Amino acid sequence: MTLVIFAVLLWAVGFGVNVVLANGPARDTGAVRLAVPLIFGLTILGMWELIVRGMQVSTVILPPPSLIAASFAENLGTLWGDFVQTILKGALSGYIFGCGAAFVTALLVDRSDYLRRGLLPLGNFMAALPIVGTAPILVMWFGFGWQSKAAVVVLMVYFPMLVNTVAGLSETTSMQRDLMRTYAATWGQTLWTLRLPAALPFVFNGLKICSTLALIGAIVAEFFGSPTLGLGFRISTSIGQLDLGMVWSAILVSALSGTVFYGLVALAERRTTFWHASHRGGR
Amino acid sequence: MAEASDPKAGATAGTGWPRWLRLPPVLGMVLALLAIWYVAVVPMNVKEVLTAAERAGVEVSPPSAVDRRDMGNWALVLRNPHALGDSWSSDRPKLPAPHQVLVELYDSTIDEELNGRRGIVRSGTLSNRSLVYHALVTLNATFLGFLIGALLGVGLAVGIVHSRVMDMSVMPWAIVSQTIPIVALAPMIIVVLYSIGVQGLIPKAVISAYLSFFPVVVGMVKGLRSPDAMQMDLMRTYSAPTASVLTKLRLPSSIPYLFASLKIAIAASLVGAIVGELPVQKGGLGARMLAGSYYGQTAQIWAALLVAAALAALLVYAIAALERRTLRRMGMMP
Amino acid sequence: MLSDEEIKNWPEAGTATTAPVIRADHLDLTFQTNDGPVHALKDVSLDIAKGSFVSFIGPSGCGKTTFLRCIAALEHPTGGSLTVNGMTPDEARRARAYGYVFQAAGLYPWRTIGRNIALPLEIMGYSRAEQAERVARVLELVELSGFEKKFPWQLSGGMQQRASIARALAFDADILLMDEPFGALDEIVRDRLNEELLKLWDKTEKTIGFVTHSIPEAVYLSTHIVVMSPRPGRITDVIESPLPKERPLDIRDTPEFIEIAHRVREGLRAGYEE
Ligand SMILES: Nc1ncnc2c1ncn2[C@@H]1O[C@H](COP(=O)(O)OP(=O)(O)O)[C@@H](O)[C@H]1O
Ligand SMILES: [Mg+2]
Repeated sequence: MTLVIFAVLLWAVGFGVNVVLANGPARDTGAVRLAVPLIFGLTILGMWELIVRGMQVSTVILPPPSLIAASFAENLGTLWGDFVQTILKGALSGYIFGCGAAFVTALLVDRSDYLRRGLLPLGNFMAALPIVGTAPILVMWFGFGWQSKAAVVVLMVYFPMLVNTVAGLSETTSMQRDLMRTYAATWGQTLWTLRLPAALPFVFNGLKICSTLALIGAIVAEFFGSPTLGLGFRISTSIGQLDLGMVWSAILVSALSGTVFYGLVALAERRTTFWHASHRGGR
Repeated sequence: MAEASDPKAGATAGTGWPRWLRLPPVLGMVLALLAIWYVAVVPMNVKEVLTAAERAGVEVSPPSAVDRRDMGNWALVLRNPHALGDSWSSDRPKLPAPHQVLVELYDSTIDEELNGRRGIVRSGTLSNRSLVYHALVTLNATFLGFLIGALLGVGLAVGIVHSRVMDMSVMPWAIVSQTIPIVALAPMIIVVLYSIGVQGLIPKAVISAYLSFFPVVVGMVKGLRSPDAMQMDLMRTYSAPTASVLTKLRLPSSIPYLFASLKIAIAASLVGAIVGELPVQKGGLGARMLAGSYYGQTAQIWAALLVAAALAALLVYAIAALERRTLRRMGMMP
Repeated sequence: MLSDEEIKNWPEAGTATTAPVIRADHLDLTFQTNDGPVHALKDVSLDIAKGSFVSFIGPSGCGKTTFLRCIAALEHPTGGSLTVNGMTPDEARRARAYGYVFQAAGLYPWRTIGRNIALPLEIMGYSRAEQAERVARVLELVELSGFEKKFPWQLSGGMQQRASIARALAFDADILLMDEPFGALDEIVRDRLNEELLKLWDKTEKTIGFVTHSIPEAVYLSTHIVVMSPRPGRITDVIESPLPKERPLDIRDTPEFIEIAHRVREGLRAGYEE
């Protein structure tokens, strides 16, 4: 019981520090902006640990963070294998192939008004569908290996990417197009100097959405069948064995991968679309 | 290389087809996809079809199933054009033809309910073998989860907008949570809730709520902050209390953002319900898909998939219709 | 064939000794819109001689922009004929005869000022060395040296507009078409840019078509002022300016200047009362 009281105390302290920081004189500095969410996160972790121990919650229901960390450190090798299988082989290869295919399709579609008007509503429709549902079919076609996971990812990322790229390619003003006309620029020149740069913010928006979808696709597809490794496999089998420390470790790996993946795409976006109105503010 | 075409000219220029042959673009695309599907059925199912044909006494080349197993599908199609008649009606196809899926869809919905022993006509309750029943199971969890997620999301967004501490501590985590594959949590939530005695609708709804929560938080925070400085200053000159600013300015301005995120949230909620049905085989479209994949019933998977797609389209459409009505009534849309 | 009388009355901008660079003959343009046809240009005939500075002035919707766009082959007339350097406008466009300055600067935000100005040079296949040399030269011409590495959104509106003029001057187009290039700028910046534009025109000897709403601006800049009136868009008067080529800003207080401005105003009013 004392541990629970400690948890409440910890909350009060963490919250108090944050209130002081967030309303203090240094509230707009980078350090405080970083510190406040970190303190919040650490407070939650600390309370989790204290309450789980204090109330003697069964580790089968909710293991304390310390146990998850220990389990994580113990199984680094296994988790690395799962990471390679699910993230690098399944998600990343499908992501690159799917987004690439969608980009090329968008360039082709863009030349024909008929195709654009036909495919755009269809793509918008498909992008809203629960495409993860195709996972059992694709696992049946491509086997239990990473290829079927990549196939699910390709299907999941294809339409959001297509819709975003097509929308981006028409994101030029009539004045910009007229300018290119007065230069008698060719289709390729207009594409390279005007329409692709103007499309970049949309392309990156698609890439960011798809980075999350890719991980979801790769993990869920493993619930329908996989070799004896992979994050989805690890989660579903470790639950069967009631090894919750391992489950949480696998979840931690997926969460970290997702954030890093997204962060890398966002970094590339900042590098290439610094000129866009949405990024200029801080400079 | 061709010169950039005039965008205005492009819109009206003909494609060279006579006018009566020109289909509306979307219809044209759908027909093209169906045609591709029908063609793809042949190579996808060629091995099973040839085996069946061989059994029926038709000569196929190569005659041994072992040799055929290692050959490419297209090569087999080209060498046995005479034996492919059953491609679109095989028993356990790898890829069912569209009409086979439609037949399965009819059998497992209308036919099952009207004529089945357990159908609604004979038993008075929906048959647990019909897709109507499973769709309703999934829909229940979707709605409940969506409702919880959306309400909590709006509540948290209001808190974030009004409290600096909450904004600075919670908002970064809400944004980070958008980048992680939350469905990975689904099986664990189901099993853990099951072990403490909670089962049925609630665990699935929890996953759905979890998935629909974050898009709503992020969208609503944006929406509640959308009034510009001049509009806020006007409220300040009236010395309006925070509650009035919220109800008279912030909430109305946030409505377009709210609907945009609700559309994302309900689609996510449906995915959550389907994934939540995988670990516990107690009905729902997700359970149907998994059962179909266990027993190699591809048509059953496709039928469940079609129903899920129809549900998603319907739900998003319903929210879009509500959005149009609301915005029109608020005078924000013509 | 044209009758003798028509030839005699042919409105002319510029001296008749050289063949006109731009020749419009009974030009007609009707837009088909959802609310029925809009007669944007009716029976427009005009010659523009090489090296002249022609302003188009008239109320909104009288077809100034449409006429400029016809010259640049951005719009296609529905009647009459239009030649540029003896070619059709589209052929002239392919021969890269035009520098076009739009009402807004329209610089590409992802390119620096220098790379924006190099854009037409890249498209037209100039060598790298030549691109650099020309960019430096026109930057100096519009007094933007030193801003080459800046992005457009880091510059003021007036500077952006000067950069867009530099972009139109970077390649060897002999015709410069400007559609209310200074419309969005304040009076003081506008005066300076007017002065600079006159100097530029003097140095480069280009033929300039210039659309404006402002009577003083038209009179100050032009060798010829074309007065237009709306519904349907047509030319009501072509006024030749007697002002000398050398024009300091305070020429606007001289009686000659006021006299021409008066004539333009009368022309505009007559167009309205018809
Ligand atoms: N692309 C177009 N489609 C239809 N009508 C147009 C188009 N462009 C211009 N117009 C119409 O033609 C007339 C002349 O327009 P414009 O040349 O832009 O006038 P100005 O530049 O003198 O203000 C106006 O009535 C305008 O509405
Ligand atoms: Mg105009």
